Amino acid sequence: MSIRLLSLVLLVLALAGVYAPARAQPLVFDLSTHLIEITTGFSGADMLLFGATEGEGDVVVVLRGPDQETTVRRKSRVGGIWINTDEMVFTGVPAFYRVASSRPLTEISPAIRARHQLGTDYLRLAALPNADASEVAEFRAGLLRNKERRSLYASREGEVSFLGPRLFRTHVLLPANVPPGSYTAEVLLIRNNQVVAAQTTPMFVSKIGVGADVYEFAHRDAAIYGILTIFVAVLAGWGAGVIFRKA
Amino acid sequence: MTIYLPIAEVPLDVLILLAMGGGVGFLSGMFGVGGGFLITPMLIFLGVSPAVAAATGAAIVIAPSMSSVLAHWRRRNVDLKMGGLLIAGGLVGSAASIALVGVLRRAGLLDLVVSLSYVLLLGIVGTLMLGEVIKAFRRRLSAAGAVPPARHTHFWVHGLPGKMRFPRSRLYVSALLPLGVGLFVGIMSGVMGVGGGFFLVPVMIYLIGMPTSVVVGTSLMQVIVVAANVTLLQAWSHQTVDIVLAATVMIGGLLGAPYGAQAGARLKADQLRGLMALLILGVAIQLGVGLVARPDDLYSIDINGVPEGGEPPS
Repeated sequence: MSIRLLSLVLLVLALAGVYAPARAQPLVFDLSTHLIEITTGFSGADMLLFGATEGEGDVVVVLRGPDQETTVRRKSRVGGIWINTDEMVFTGVPAFYRVASSRPLTEISPAIRARHQLGTDYLRLAALPNADASEVAEFRAGLLRNKERRSLYASREGEVSFLGPRLFRTHVLLPANVPPGSYTAEVLLIRNNQVVAAQTTPMFVSKIGVGADVYEFAHRDAAIYGILTIFVAVLAGWGAGVIFRKA
Repeated sequence: MTIYLPIAEVPLDVLILLAMGGGVGFLSGMFGVGGGFLITPMLIFLGVSPAVAAATGAAIVIAPSMSSVLAHWRRRNVDLKMGGLLIAGGLVGSAASIALVGVLRRAGLLDLVVSLSYVLLLGIVGTLMLGEVIKAFRRRLSAAGAVPPARHTHFWVHGLPGKMRFPRSRLYVSALLPLGVGLFVGIMSGVMGVGGGFFLVPVMIYLIGMPTSVVVGTSLMQVIVVAANVTLLQAWSHQTVDIVLAATVMIGGLLGAPYGAQAGARLKADQLRGLMALLILGVAIQLGVGLVARPDDLYSIDINGVPEGGEPPS
């Protein structure tokens, strides 16, 4: 019921927008695809984001993956070997994060960057309240390094290029290890150090086909999946034993 | 050609996986072990998370063990009574180890315990084997007509209660011995993702005193049952068994194993044991260095309680 009500409200708002005279949207954009399919042959994807602005301004694009609880562990030397001795838990850590901008992010005011989490330095990663405040920065830096090493974060922003005064586009490379889940693409139009328009659209990364079926099987009928795996192994071994004995 | 592994959630090159399986299969065919102690560290090196690598490694070990146990079965080189006791201990041990793995993972100590187990077990077994080979080599050099060493020496294990007759092995020892050994190997196989053949074989020869002819076949039987138990429990409770990864490596392994067996047949038993000892020590040293050397990054991350894989090999 509430969904139907919501869609009705949205419809009314949309119609109001369409019929509002001479009030052009300041910002429209779309993605080349809203569904990244992780198939068996998946080795990464290249997503195109394109759109148009009304009037002057800089465009900043943020793509965020699903939030996860992430534990950061630190090793120290105990009796000659390196052991995980300390840990800190962060919540609201995006699984994946990319930002692209038509102007270097350093030229955008820190207030805007903080509010919209533009750049890895401005990500709001919340350490659990029991964390040692003096060490949060170090653990946070460790988290960012780990994410960057796996190409899940990029410390440098990508480039949004303008084609003429209004049309813009940017590419986001999704690496092969891109985490499945629901993503959001957000585009900001910044003019005179003010965000004058912001739009978001969802994007999904999901396993499709045989791989997805296997994953679902392994989680839904875990015991049967385990028995099947054993069966495959036993059969393969037995088959090979018989074949190579004859050969 | 890469393939996206549905449980490991990383894409890996099929040819690399096949080649890895083939290489390990060659060695396991040559030495008559499952090769789990090579597979799990290699999978981790390729970027598979340790949890998935250990669980999938156990599944992979079943196939080569199955094909070689058949050959031993035909030659009647399996002691069913001894094997049954080893398996009984192994089932209890591997079930306990699955719970242990969960506790260690939550504490962030799993990687450490896995590495330490590898270094200690492989280090001890490799050193003992190499020592044995060198001794045998010296003996051959010094006197061709030297007295062969007595097969049966009595020490503390023979004082254990509950003695039983094992006709196939021509032994009269305590049933606690195979039960205890099975239990220990079961725990290790769950934690390390190995069948435990590399450890079981020397223990059966030197500690239990079984004749070499029945050792390999009997240990393989225990390896199959314990590895199957680990596979089932890991798949059931942690969903960390990747059937696509397992099948790919298995195919390579089964293709490589017969060539390894052929190569092994051309070598003398001592040469084989010496090579095996060097291989085991090599893996132990490699992993030992990893424990002692300062890591590139002191910080690592777990996502939703699972250590994050997908790190490219450095």
